[in-house]
Amino acid sequence: MNNISSPTDDSFVVAGRRFSSRLLVGTGKYKDFEETARAIDASGAEIVTVAVRRVNLSDASQPMLVDFVDPKKYTYLPNTAGCYTADDAVRTLRLAREAGGWNLVKLEVLGDHKTLYPNIIETLKAAEALIKDKFDVMVYCTDDPIMSKRLEDLGCCAIMPLAAPIGSGLGIQNPVNIRIIVEQSKVPVLVDAGVGTASDAAIAMELGCDGVLMNTAIAAAKDPIKMAKAMKLAVEAGRLAYLAGRMPRQMYADPSSPLAGLI
Amino acid sequence: MNITLNGDARAIPDGLSVEGLLQHLGIVSKKVAVERNLEIVPKSTFPSTLITEGDRLEIVHFIGGG
Repeated sequence: MNNISSPTDDSFVVAGRRFSSRLLVGTGKYKDFEETARAIDASGAEIVTVAVRRVNLSDASQPMLVDFVDPKKYTYLPNTAGCYTADDAVRTLRLAREAGGWNLVKLEVLGDHKTLYPNIIETLKAAEALIKDKFDVMVYCTDDPIMSKRLEDLGCCAIMPLAAPIGSGLGIQNPVNIRIIVEQSKVPVLVDAGVGTASDAAIAMELGCDGVLMNTAIAAAKDPIKMAKAMKLAVEAGRLAYLAGRMPRQMYADPSSPLAGLI
Repeated sequence: MNITLNGDARAIPDGLSVEGLLQHLGIVSKKVAVERNLEIVPKSTFPSTLITEGDRLEIVHFIGGG
């Protein structure tokens, strides 16, 4: 009996923490907190990314994300979205650690407003400072195997190359690079950003990724709850297909029905 | 007393601690983190950290994000 009979037997471990879901979801861009909570529930995700922002002081009594998405039930993964320098990213995550009391974080240092492409020079600087300060750093990066390796060597606990620009929904633009990163990495590799629909998530998993992180693909779907479920199934299907080992590709046909006994 | 709070100038009563300021603003302290003059204020020291004239404070929390 194969010990990977269902996806629940196949857990995902990052920085010593064990999870059963390989789908990580963002909590932004939803219509309201109720929809956020329902979509996360439908996705089966156990890790959710959150941003750190100033409290609205003009109305401090308005509802907060923590009132709807329970940090005791979900692992909050604070991000540094909107940070363009290593210093800003480090400062943001130190505040996040104080707000939440945990050290597992998503580092992203952006380079440009139009593409939101990672600035790897600043990312390397921030990763080094955060790791020295005892953070467990899951790092958003370009799909460049050399830079991915550098980030792993610095001590990042997960490498998260983009499939395509954040929020673009273009799917995996460079499957070869993703595969190279998967093969060379000893820490988990997750596709982060650029997924548009369920098949994109399945492709990421079929390439051997350990997980997929997405936000807009679910939040911007016409029916986010249904898409959240679709993504859950796609990640599970892709993972199982990867573990099953796909058939070889070949140029010509090979009949599925036996030729013997043909009338 | 005048301080800079989340980027804006603001007058607050004298002699407040960080905990006192959060209460004054109606903020539940366990849901936020506070930075004072670019230094993190540990939650355990909210009651004992006194705010002084000209302090620059940031009060942040988690919001939805990807």
